[in-house]
Amino acid sequence: MTSRSSRQASSGNSGIIITTLEGVPGKEIIEHYGLVQGSTIRAKHVGKDIMAGLKNLVGGELKGYTELLQEARKEAVERMIEQANFVGANAVVNVRFATSSVAQGAAELFAYGTAVKVQ
Amino acid sequence: MIEFIILLAVGYFVGSVLEKKHYKDIKKRERKTIHVPIISFGAKQAIPEANEAALFAGSVVVSADYFKMFASSLRNLVGGNVVVYESILDRGRREAILRMKEQAIAWGATQVVNVRLETASIGNQASGGKGLFAVEVIAYGTGIR
Repeated sequence: MTSRSSRQASSGNSGIIITTLEGVPGKEIIEHYGLVQGSTIRAKHVGKDIMAGLKNLVGGELKGYTELLQEARKEAVERMIEQANFVGANAVVNVRFATSSVAQGAAELFAYGTAVKVQ
Repeated sequence: MIEFIILLAVGYFVGSVLEKKHYKDIKKRERKTIHVPIISFGAKQAIPEANEAALFAGSVVVSADYFKMFASSLRNLVGGNVVVYESILDRGRREAILRMKEQAIAWGATQVVNVRLETASIGNQASGGKGLFAVEVIAYGTGIR
């Protein structure tokens, strides 16, 4: 399933710890580097759109879109991690996600958090 | 007209069969993952001691069937609860939480804390179009172990 790939995106990248908490459990924050963020805008391609249109007849999950957005979110997280690496952090805390539909057929995926150094 | 009725009927029957199947699946998986609590606090309150933490996210895009779209457009005339869409969002949210939980369990989490839920409308109904009703639901949180 696609969940496996998104899991790798969210946890294992270059040793940076990412959490939605305000700190890292068991560790102490020694330095703050401020906000880091990553975003990506994805458009769905026509094939997937047509498939989704057909699937829309009977409802339920639109797997094509789910995968597309998961991939995009992975990329947003990666960009955020890149930024965190750049400022020299080893953890990103208080991470939040947001999705918005910016234009017809395109969605923005956005991830942001606070880069910190932990012991 | 005939076409329209066929589409409605297909949407209704296939849609409700799929929905029942999905609910059955959700309930089964919820029972299976019930031993890992998910908590929506964790930022300001102390959480049980943990050595490791990692981010987990589960997402799903769900859409309405043809019948539901038609029913909601009728409902639009008089207002009130759009019951047919409520079940879609309920399914989506539970599915997203389950996906997050299953990833966390595979990693060995004992708890998922500070869970946040986010909903975004990505269909073109949101921007005034008449076609697709699709909603993305994300659940994300920190797994601790």
